Amino acid sequence: MIAYIIRRLLYAIPILVGVNLLTFALFFVVNTPDDMARMQLGIKRVTPEAIQKWKAERGYDRPLLYDGTAQGTDRITRTIFFEKSVKLFVLDFGRADDGRDIGHEIRTRMGPSLAIAVPVFLLGLFVTVSFALLLAFFRATYLDFWGVVACVAMMSISSLFYIIGGQYLVSKIWHLVPISGYAGGVDAARFLILPVAISVVAGIGSSTRWYRTIFLEEIGKDYVRTARAKGLSEMAVLFRHVLKNAMIPILTGVVVVIPLLFMGALITESFFGIPGLGSYMIDAINAQDFAVVRSMVFIGSVLYIVGLLLTDLSYTLVDPRVRLQ
Amino acid sequence: MPIVLWTDALVFLLIACAIGSGVYVSRREYLLASWRRVGESRAGMAALTVLAAFILVGLLDSLHYRPRLEAVAGQSANGFGTEVRSALDVLLLPLKAATEKTYSAPLATHLYARETVELPDGTQARVFPRLKHGGVHLKDPAQDRGRDVARHILRGLVLAVLAGLTFAAIALQAAAVRWGVRWPAAWRRIRRGETRFAWNAVLATLAVLLLLAGPVVSLAGGYHVFGTDKVGQDVLYLTLKSIRTGLVIGTITTLAMLPFAVALGIVAGYLGGWVDDVIQYLYTTLNSIPGVLLIAASVLMMQVVIDTHPDWFATSAQRADARLLALCLILGVTSWTGLCRLLRAETLKLRELEYVQAAQAFGASASRIMGRHILPNVMHIVLIAVVMDFSGLVLAEAVLSYIGIGVDPSTISFGTMINTARLELAREPVVWWSLVAAFAFMFVLVLAANLFSDSVRDAFDPRIAGRRIAPAAQGQAA
Amino acid sequence: MRDFQVQAWLLLLAALLSGCGEVWNNPYPTQDGGRNILYSAFTERPKHLDPVQSYSEDEAEFNAQIYEPPLQYHYLKRPYALIPLAAEAVPRPRTVDAAGRDVPADSPRVAHTLYEIRIRPGILYQPHPAFARDAAGKLLYHDLKPDDLKDIYSLRDFPQAGTRELTAEDYLYQIKRLAHPRLHSPVFGLMSEYVVGLKEFAETLKAEDKALADSGKKNAWLDLSKFPLAGVEPIDKYRYRIRIKGRYPQFAYWLAMNFFAPVPIEADRFHAQPGMAERNLTLDWYPIGTGPYMLTENNPNARMVLERNPNYRGEAYPDEGEEGDRPAGLLADAGRRIPFIDKVVFSREREGIPLWNKFLQGYYDFSGISSDSFDQAVRISVEGEAGVSPEMAAKGIKLEASVGTATRYFAFNWLDPVVGGQGDAAGRERAKKLRQAISIALDWEEFISIFANGRGIPAQGPIPPGIFGFKAGGAGINPVVYDWADGAPRRKSIATAKKLLAEAGYPDGRDAKSGQPLVLYLDTTDRGPGDKPRLDWYRKQFAKLDVQLEIRGTDYNRFQEKVRKGAAQIFVWGWNADYPDPENFLFLFHGAQSRSKSQGENAANYSSPEYDRLFEQVKHMENGPARQALIDRMLVILREDAPWSFGFHPKDYSLHHGWVANLKPNHMARNGLKYQKIDAARREKKRAEWNRPVLWPLGLLVVVLAASAAPAALGWRRCEQSKGRAA
Repeated sequence: MIAYIIRRLLYAIPILVGVNLLTFALFFVVNTPDDMARMQLGIKRVTPEAIQKWKAERGYDRPLLYDGTAQGTDRITRTIFFEKSVKLFVLDFGRADDGRDIGHEIRTRMGPSLAIAVPVFLLGLFVTVSFALLLAFFRATYLDFWGVVACVAMMSISSLFYIIGGQYLVSKIWHLVPISGYAGGVDAARFLILPVAISVVAGIGSSTRWYRTIFLEEIGKDYVRTARAKGLSEMAVLFRHVLKNAMIPILTGVVVVIPLLFMGALITESFFGIPGLGSYMIDAINAQDFAVVRSMVFIGSVLYIVGLLLTDLSYTLVDPRVRLQ
Repeated sequence: MPIVLWTDALVFLLIACAIGSGVYVSRREYLLASWRRVGESRAGMAALTVLAAFILVGLLDSLHYRPRLEAVAGQSANGFGTEVRSALDVLLLPLKAATEKTYSAPLATHLYARETVELPDGTQARVFPRLKHGGVHLKDPAQDRGRDVARHILRGLVLAVLAGLTFAAIALQAAAVRWGVRWPAAWRRIRRGETRFAWNAVLATLAVLLLLAGPVVSLAGGYHVFGTDKVGQDVLYLTLKSIRTGLVIGTITTLAMLPFAVALGIVAGYLGGWVDDVIQYLYTTLNSIPGVLLIAASVLMMQVVIDTHPDWFATSAQRADARLLALCLILGVTSWTGLCRLLRAETLKLRELEYVQAAQAFGASASRIMGRHILPNVMHIVLIAVVMDFSGLVLAEAVLSYIGIGVDPSTISFGTMINTARLELAREPVVWWSLVAAFAFMFVLVLAANLFSDSVRDAFDPRIAGRRIAPAAQGQAA
Repeated sequence: MRDFQVQAWLLLLAALLSGCGEVWNNPYPTQDGGRNILYSAFTERPKHLDPVQSYSEDEAEFNAQIYEPPLQYHYLKRPYALIPLAAEAVPRPRTVDAAGRDVPADSPRVAHTLYEIRIRPGILYQPHPAFARDAAGKLLYHDLKPDDLKDIYSLRDFPQAGTRELTAEDYLYQIKRLAHPRLHSPVFGLMSEYVVGLKEFAETLKAEDKALADSGKKNAWLDLSKFPLAGVEPIDKYRYRIRIKGRYPQFAYWLAMNFFAPVPIEADRFHAQPGMAERNLTLDWYPIGTGPYMLTENNPNARMVLERNPNYRGEAYPDEGEEGDRPAGLLADAGRRIPFIDKVVFSREREGIPLWNKFLQGYYDFSGISSDSFDQAVRISVEGEAGVSPEMAAKGIKLEASVGTATRYFAFNWLDPVVGGQGDAAGRERAKKLRQAISIALDWEEFISIFANGRGIPAQGPIPPGIFGFKAGGAGINPVVYDWADGAPRRKSIATAKKLLAEAGYPDGRDAKSGQPLVLYLDTTDRGPGDKPRLDWYRKQFAKLDVQLEIRGTDYNRFQEKVRKGAAQIFVWGWNADYPDPENFLFLFHGAQSRSKSQGENAANYSSPEYDRLFEQVKHMENGPARQALIDRMLVILREDAPWSFGFHPKDYSLHHGWVANLKPNHMARNGLKYQKIDAARREKKRAEWNRPVLWPLGLLVVVLAASAAPAALGWRRCEQSKGRAA
């Protein structure tokens, strides 16, 4: 098991290198270091000397990938790519182009992001799994039919509509919660109720439908019929057998998402003014801050890989037949 | 001068593909059987009818041309305007041309904002001025409007009923001839749903569509049915124009991703070994980059390419189209991984089947086996993926436009409409119509697509249901 | 039992209803209600708070309340007037010749100008750990070991703080910091042209910095006080002198900007200790000043808090102002000690809609009207005067309008073959006619009314009102574009423009020779989702002349690059004044400032020898009739050549609630917070009135949930029962 985990982690390295190369390529085609300097230095009275100085200070005056003028390994290491990427592997994110510490920024923004993502995740999972069980229980009745229709209808509504409509009605018209903002501690609840509720509602449609199909698939299997034949109540069948056996497909979809909760929710955060990592990312894209984008991409990839690993591990917990080698 | 935009060309290519595969399918009974099952689904056929209406609008909007400039006296007219129009624009010319100064409510006769006007007696007053186009035929709007609107609606309904009856008659006649029965018998069969094809659903949906469209068409002649936006453009016109953008994003994206997904997925699954490793590495890497960032970076990059080569595009419509195409390609590149993985898994299974082993034993080349034996047997997965992705992509467009990495701002799309309209919610009194119109159309389009994809999925492979998380889920989940 | 349940429900309902008086949507802590706190918002996180680097308005919002440069602008008086802030008086420049003898200002022998500034004694810095001393009088936190910083994440984590009196040395230290090799001062380039020895000083520092780095002490503290800067000298504890090359009357304006604010050497040294920068403990993040407020919470993601500086000496509210200030109540507090407000909370608000809605709910005390969503608030009355709309007025919201010191314009690239001024005489003449025709066709009045809700006045030239050189009325109009009719400027007719276009060789928008339509290209950064209407409008204006306009929307970097290379044909841009002097606008046309040739600020690359000659004369003149005459001549040249279609001077409107007093927009000074006053009790009452929670939706939600659960519960029961029977 340990060996398996280590091997998987080693596999991650080429992937992370690839991710870095790709982001690097994408961003430097768009953005020459000169562009970045201008963006940071502002509009008025920017001299070419100031740009040179800015670049030199941040190491952007080097060649991008290969330095023909240097000697030996310096040809590779004295380049923007090498200098900017290698440190990521030891989680040293360096400074944003405006001079601020990215690691510190990420740590402080993680809290608000999690404060919204974790409740959404847990509550959403609970609500959708219960709905799906309910629909599975009432399968082939009118309740099931209309439930599915409602799900499809809810899926067809743009998430923007939930946010815009929810914010408009609940905050603006009914004055029930603050329109936007964030505060630490207990106060956070006031700001989080609405975004969490909206995110959960927006996710109900597709997830419920998905879980329902998984449950139905399980219900159709032989062992369920056997269980029923034993005289178990429908409740017991559903909870003790179907739910447990449906865990594998549910886990595939769910566990991989857990680490990514750290990344925050882009749209929700910016609509509700929550200073999390999602809005950090949007800011960085708009400000074309390569250092931040690169760090966020790196973290995202690491978390994704961790998620894949966790998925595999969780299989062994749920289903002892699965062995990892 | 007719103009074929890149996306137009791809749309036509797509249609050619669709017709081609239609012919292909119709010659093969086992494939036809699945499609018959789709045809039996009432919800699916009703949805397809709605989709067909949308597609018709989208196709009309894909026939572009540049109007010839009028000849100036004493000169030969040899120039073309820079404005690119479509066949839909020609049909909707009255709507397109009927711009007001600023907001007006649906079916209004007056502007939504007060303006200072000079009264005949020389004094000035702040009043709601009459619209230039909406309800301009009314003498006394306050009194006549209700009756006039009712009359228009009635006329529209009558037209709709007539059109519906005509259509029903044609269908009945066709059915009667086919089944060799008289009209009443054919009607009874259709009504009771005794036909294999869900004719009753199609006819009912068509009737509803006509009953809705009739009054709208009739009213659109004299009013702004959905009101006007900030610069006075007719919202109905804008929503109709948005349809094409949505369809293009939903379809061309999948068209762009299919070659990658299918080829790489099958090759990885069939050949295995280092090829498999490389392809797996490729899609894990792509997958592990947060989707929004990948899309943002790529869109910015394409934009730079477009910006630095202004001479490639004669008109701004072509530039906007290039951006739309770029967006589709990028969404395709970022979303092929899911399908690719599915196909790889399926190919792994198929590879072990006897008929493939047999073909190998006969010495058939790998490419031949993949093309002749494996590809046809994974097509149902591809089909399901295509129809299921569609709705997710339409929704994703709106979200991406919000972040500023969607379509060009001069492209009319649901995303850009929602984006501008959401500012209007902060107004007092609130301007709700463009938001509601955009959402309503988008909802109907996506709902129809979802229902249709459900029935396709059920017909082809009930087991695969929902196993995929649509790639656009990343945008939605945000 | 049943009865008891009903009663319990009723009690709960009553409890909910009685909660109506309370507001639920207050985004601030409840205990802050009724306190003397001003609430404001910021959209962009400030990038730099170091006074050497900070140059943008959103940063000045904070810095101007904290740092005190020698001079400031009078809060109420217009035209803008400089008055002393930390200085005792506005310095009178002394002009000397090369030998150091006094010479008259207009003498050709002037070699240097001397500014001698005397600051007020007794000014204290805000409490700051950099000043903290132990019992023996030794600075506490200046030899920190890495371990000492272990639990330190912000300045507040230092237990001790101290203060010190402001001295002239602090001002000199900051001027030296302009040349600091590790800082980027946007004005270093400009200042090194004027301040004697600054350029050489920068070279010295650079060499020193390199020596430090080579000796393995990269980023070690660079003690600027060890190196002399020729152009600045201390006279005594409170006096210092700045030596300027030649004459530069505009220099006094720079003395009112944060580039010349004091920075104590202790703070620089304190923050240069190892480990500080890694913890974001830098001057760029923690300003240290002598002003009325100090930054106590710095979280640019969520909120920034300014609190009253306990060591502030106190200033008196101005006792004179512009005409109309007294009736407006702006002088009611004359002579009283400022500041009035205890604390200012700035919340980060990224989106315009929440900002606007929170303002309407009373959670922000004022709101600039910058976004289109705000146009409902303002109503243009018959006279063209703006006022708040009736709905707003009913809430007690007030409006402050003022013409900004800015100009928005359409620039024609002088290097472009079609619209520019190159080529032979005939070609230049044609291009000029084309530019003039477009200038007439671009109906800025309509633009202002549609897109700026009347927030602007059409420009007759580059100089906005309120700045010397601007002329109101018939004498000030642009005769190329306007006629003076019935006491108002009237844009010339499209027919006139068409005639000019025909003379330019494009009758009806077709090239007279080839018959091809004339296509012009506009570069713009407007390409967000909300910009479509504006782009449509541009196209419509050119269509009036039958000229086709192709719009090329690009991102900001690409746009700048194009302009820099002189590759753009027509583009939209704007200029905000640094200081209220016409030179700051006229230099935008100076040939030597050409953007593509010398990276200057002349983005249109305009060049006219005659204009340049006049500019050299006007540049350093004192305001007066002679200067006005020369400016008039320059404007004639500009209007005729039309390198810009002079767009408009945007008017700034800001809305504020009735409980805010002493608010007057000032485009030059950003340190207005200290004058403002709020009535917190009234705000509390209004907030409660405007934000009564509407509770029936909650009830409805409960009912709907119950109703939808009912069939499920029923079905469940039936199912279980049938199972039971079956079993």
